[in-house]
Amino acid sequence: MADAPKIALDDVHKRFGEKRVLNGVSFEVTRGESLVIIGGSGTGKSVTLKCVLGLMNPEAGSIRIDGEETVGLGTRDRARVMTKFGMLFQGSALFDSLPVWENVAFGLIQGQGMARKAAKDLAVAKLANVGLGADVAELFPAELSGGMQKRVSLARAIATEPEIIFFDEPTTGLDPIMADVINDLIVKCVKDLGATALSITHDMASARKIADRVAMIYDGRIIWHGPVAEIDRSGNPYVDQFIHGRAEGPIRMQVKRL
Amino acid sequence: MGFVRSVGGAALVFLAATGRIALFAAVAVSHCVRPPIYGRLILRQMISIGYYSLPVVGLTALFTGMVLALQSYTGFARFQAEGAVATVVVISITRELGPVLAALMVAGRVGAAMAAEIGTMRVTEQIDALSTLSTNPYKYLVAPRLIAGFTMLPCLVLVADIIGVFGGFLVGVTVLDFNPGAYIQRTWQYLEAVDVISGLVKAAVFGFVIALMGCYHGYASKGGAQGVGAATTNAVVSSSIMILVFNYFLTGLFFSR
Repeated sequence: MADAPKIALDDVHKRFGEKRVLNGVSFEVTRGESLVIIGGSGTGKSVTLKCVLGLMNPEAGSIRIDGEETVGLGTRDRARVMTKFGMLFQGSALFDSLPVWENVAFGLIQGQGMARKAAKDLAVAKLANVGLGADVAELFPAELSGGMQKRVSLARAIATEPEIIFFDEPTTGLDPIMADVINDLIVKCVKDLGATALSITHDMASARKIADRVAMIYDGRIIWHGPVAEIDRSGNPYVDQFIHGRAEGPIRMQVKRL
Repeated sequence: MGFVRSVGGAALVFLAATGRIALFAAVAVSHCVRPPIYGRLILRQMISIGYYSLPVVGLTALFTGMVLALQSYTGFARFQAEGAVATVVVISITRELGPVLAALMVAGRVGAAMAAEIGTMRVTEQIDALSTLSTNPYKYLVAPRLIAGFTMLPCLVLVADIIGVFGGFLVGVTVLDFNPGAYIQRTWQYLEAVDVISGLVKAAVFGFVIALMGCYHGYASKGGAQGVGAATTNAVVSSSIMILVFNYFLTGLFFSR
């Protein structure tokens, strides 16, 4: 399976009741590549990511990791596939009952059974990788700013040295400077690990910085994909409207009349 | 026709909820008995449920025992049966009031906290984060709480039994002028092992129910702060009702002839 794409989705469908969220999503991410999926709110970005992560089950379609079909995997096989993953959540999703170092070392202690002392040393090293000092290690997440929480979350995502890292809206809620710092850290960490990255965002500055390739999702399907350098000359009116943030264009915001 | 439809709809909702809770309980219990077992987390929950509930359970038991002695004395005095006060207090406390009142207090204190904590973890994606870190949320969050609830409630009820009986003794001796030795002798005279054991078995069931409902409602919560609030309310209300229903059936099981 050396030549198989790291991640491959084929005709994935997902609905919630009557609402069809994914309507045949297909794309591939090759080893070491960083793919960013862009799209507006409610277009199916987060659901796509959760289906790949196994947090949601699609009704139809195929999701393969390293060539292995993961839709319908049993608990044990799912746990094995999960060890390949690292994830940075939109709201950081740090465990607020645990100190920072234990958050970072969580996957090492619980997932890999590493001794707490060794895991703490490694966690402090990972915190240094994202620009945080050892003094932060003993604090609790509630004592940190939003930007610091994102850094801790990034340190947690890379702590187990995963093969694939997922980024869910990594710069949402951050000021432009901190957003750029996080983008730089993401690029550095992914490159250092040689990992494959799949990100979703609606922040174009972030997408341009961290992507090798960009895919645009609209109405539950991928409507354009290509190298990040070509996004300004995609020739796709949906992509043009989105990257320039215009209200006028083929994409209509669904606003219900009061 | 509309009435029948609404009754049928409510019945279906009830049955679906019962099924979901039963499935949740089955998965959670299976994780309680399969390794890895998180000893540190179980211990933390035991301290949270057992040790920190002692003041509220102790105070409830103390005043229940005291008021029970006072009320039964005024009632029995009408037909010169004041001597039965000690027996009534000990049997009422060990069989019924100890386990039920302790469980209701713990449901309010611990069940609500469990639902709020797990519910907040759900809506802030912390439970999803657990899964991505190769940790099963049932094993990490639910199993330790179920084990701690199941084991700590009997311990709490044993303490509540002792404090409740002591409350009755206190009122009996200081307010009602009973002879201390005679009161203690009457307390022991008619007390049987089954009175205490049935109360402890009830407590174990109630502890399991409180933890189960707290975890289930927290785990199933959605929609932000409002969803967490609803989960907390549902956890307390459903576990309180289930405590009272299970109490009836367990009493029937132990004492029906």
